[in-house]
Amino acid sequence: MLINPRTTGLALLALVIAVLPFFMSNNFHYDVAIHIGINAIIVVGLNLLIGYAGQISLGHAGFLGIGAYFSGVLTSQYNWSPMLALIVGAALVGLLAFVVARPILKLKGHYLAMATLGLGIIISIVLNTEEHITGGPDGMVVPSLTLFGWELYGEQTWYWVIGGLLLLSVWLVLNIIHSPVGRALRGVHGSEVASQVVGIDTTRYKVLVFVVSAIFASVMGSLTAHYSGFITPSVSDFFHSIELVTMVVLGGMASTFGAVIGAAILTLLPQLLSGFEDYETMIFGLILMLTMIFLPKGLIPTLLASMKRRP
Amino acid sequence: MFAEFLQYLLSGITVGATYALVALGFSIIYNASHVINFAQGEFLMLGGMSTVFLMGLGFPMPLAIVAAVLITVAAGFLLEKLAVEPARGAGVVPLIIITIGASMFLRGLVQVVWGKEIHPMPSFSGDTPLDFFGASILPQSIWVLVITVIMVICLGYFFNRTLLGKAILATAHNRTAAQLVGININFILLISFGLSAMLGAVAGIIIAPITLTAYDVGIMLGLKGFVAAVLGGLGNFYGAIVGGVILGITEMMAAGYISSEYKDAMPFILILFILFFMPNGLFGARSTERV
Amino acid sequence: MTLLHVENLTKNFGGVCAIDDLSFSISEGTIHSVIGPNGAGKTTLFNLITGVYTPSTGSITLNGESIASKPPYTLAKMGMSRTFQNLQICANMTARENVMMGNHLHLNTGFFPAMLRLPAIIRGEKQCEEKAAELMHFVGLEDYIFSDADSMPYGALKRLEIARALAAQPNLLLLDEPAAGLNPKETAEIEALIQKVAESGVTVLLVEHDMKLVMNISDHILVLDYGKKLAEGTAKQVRENPEVITAYLGA
Repeated sequence: MLINPRTTGLALLALVIAVLPFFMSNNFHYDVAIHIGINAIIVVGLNLLIGYAGQISLGHAGFLGIGAYFSGVLTSQYNWSPMLALIVGAALVGLLAFVVARPILKLKGHYLAMATLGLGIIISIVLNTEEHITGGPDGMVVPSLTLFGWELYGEQTWYWVIGGLLLLSVWLVLNIIHSPVGRALRGVHGSEVASQVVGIDTTRYKVLVFVVSAIFASVMGSLTAHYSGFITPSVSDFFHSIELVTMVVLGGMASTFGAVIGAAILTLLPQLLSGFEDYETMIFGLILMLTMIFLPKGLIPTLLASMKRRP
Repeated sequence: MFAEFLQYLLSGITVGATYALVALGFSIIYNASHVINFAQGEFLMLGGMSTVFLMGLGFPMPLAIVAAVLITVAAGFLLEKLAVEPARGAGVVPLIIITIGASMFLRGLVQVVWGKEIHPMPSFSGDTPLDFFGASILPQSIWVLVITVIMVICLGYFFNRTLLGKAILATAHNRTAAQLVGININFILLISFGLSAMLGAVAGIIIAPITLTAYDVGIMLGLKGFVAAVLGGLGNFYGAIVGGVILGITEMMAAGYISSEYKDAMPFILILFILFFMPNGLFGARSTERV
Repeated sequence: MTLLHVENLTKNFGGVCAIDDLSFSISEGTIHSVIGPNGAGKTTLFNLITGVYTPSTGSITLNGESIASKPPYTLAKMGMSRTFQNLQICANMTARENVMMGNHLHLNTGFFPAMLRLPAIIRGEKQCEEKAAELMHFVGLEDYIFSDADSMPYGALKRLEIARALAAQPNLLLLDEPAAGLNPKETAEIEALIQKVAESGVTVLLVEHDMKLVMNISDHILVLDYGKKLAEGTAKQVRENPEVITAYLGA
């Protein structure tokens, strides 16, 4: 393989994941790292939709919630195998995403924003209301993930699993981008009408990328449920959806590594600033506004562009 | 039976009037700039919360209300100048994200400055419910309806009879042509935001005695008002009003006859329904795109 | 042999009749131009042929097959490609990637092969890159092969659009005002390029205002006025047609 930005980036990411444990001294650090990883994987998928294809989802946390609760309910109340629940949950979310997206994506612009917004809120309300299944706002306990009898337990084990999954996800997404499919997606964003005249069925690709990013979210929702051992409906709420969008926007639209960094920064921020919770909403709002106004391409692409310009 | 139906209808119309005002605010801004202002709901919140705060400082209610409206209008101007104008021409998605950011910022700011508590606000003329053919209606609800009707009439007059109002309509129809006849587009945009902020503030203030006010009332009210605007056809004046009333009635009927827990989900189920079957809303126009 | 045939085509936009009962044919292997004053309906005609608009009445057939209500992406499969008067370049890609995008229909567009980066995909990408570079040479953009699309000058972008349209390997190429906004030197270069494209076997239909260019290269000219056919024929015939002279070339 030639040395190119893609390989370098992946190697760097692998290095960081491998080396990080040397800097972590307790389980809490591992926990934060795992949450960064989980958010990063979700956001890498969401970035395909928002950054590369130029669409928007204001209810992505809803897909997370479905994945999480599907896994949670089926493993704790119906004794399903965790992997089966995860896969079936992801398939159902994919189907839901397809059914919702297909009619909406034929329309222009902001309609998908409205539809995803509505869908996310409906999911959130359902999860909160159907207490006899979901345990309601108080949440529910989720058993740990078992794979062929082996139980996935403990922060350190989960760290390597999530780290590996992150590398895999980034690799898969980069592959998509540097392929005819990826060019079609970017074409949809760059000029929809130009894409159509070269034979790209733009609606089909928009639906495809929406479904893919929804499946990413569902899978990670299931994994989060098993990792934390406990979930509440807040995992699917509007604010969480906006947090995810903020991570994409901050790190870099159309930059997969940027998405990872955006996830890292915004997952770390609440941890680093104690007493941050009171200001959380305000700061997220400010980040969204300032980034979109002054750094519309996001941190990483802007940094890369300014490095290119220097002689 | 009939009394119950009437009860739901009346509460539906009351809350629908609020949604109508929010929807009007959305439509005015959308018409002037094609921006969907996700911060619209926060104008309602600011109106209510500022009034409560000022009254807490000792201001008499009428004065507090006027000042609160002015504060909200100022916030509207700032939003347009600082957040929307710099990003004009950036496309639909970036602008949506910016106004979402602005709404979060405003909400977070109020949360930090005025806290998370829920605040009551005194009704304009007492709390004794009045009897109306077996249904009871709060005096404040009548205020809501009356004030909404007055505002709608004033808006109609403003848009059809005053030069500024007509200039706003002209800009909505064809921005380039409006510029060519000397209309200052930036000023129009500013006024549109101010106008929407005023509508939002008033809506927030008149409904606050019934629903109480807090830092986070803006989210749901804003989103539901947005649904009402889409229902009526985004950008359509009459559609906004009709959409608001229909939404309010549907919500209350569903809460009463089907399930009160899913009351809040109704508007969003409705919006999915609209987007699937009639995306342009009841009165929206179809448009052809020039390539 | 007739490649494109338009019969009784009419397009109304509300009260405005943009194209009025228009009929004409385009033969394979020719350069066919559509001219007319501003507002004559040239771009509307283009958009009708390329599926952006749907006809109010009438028919359009490509190789005998009706294309009147087909979406643009289907028409590409049938061998039609176009450029735009208002450039539609994807600024979020490099110049070469724009051209590669044009080749979409001839590539392996499977999702799973792409995601797993199967050898077939890697090979396909390499070939596509080379083909795109060749096309950029063909249109005279060899200096820009590694440039970002958003850093290229206007004249270069016009040629990039042509390269992208050619990447689709069309039978019929529609050029929407290819010389618009170009200085005389650039216009001469575009003229030579269009000749080169036609010589390579692609039928060309172009809309253009630059009379010199049109008269120089067209095998056949269609003159529109107020959405109706005013005249058609060879360059000489059109030049000498009194009605054309009155309506368009200046009385």
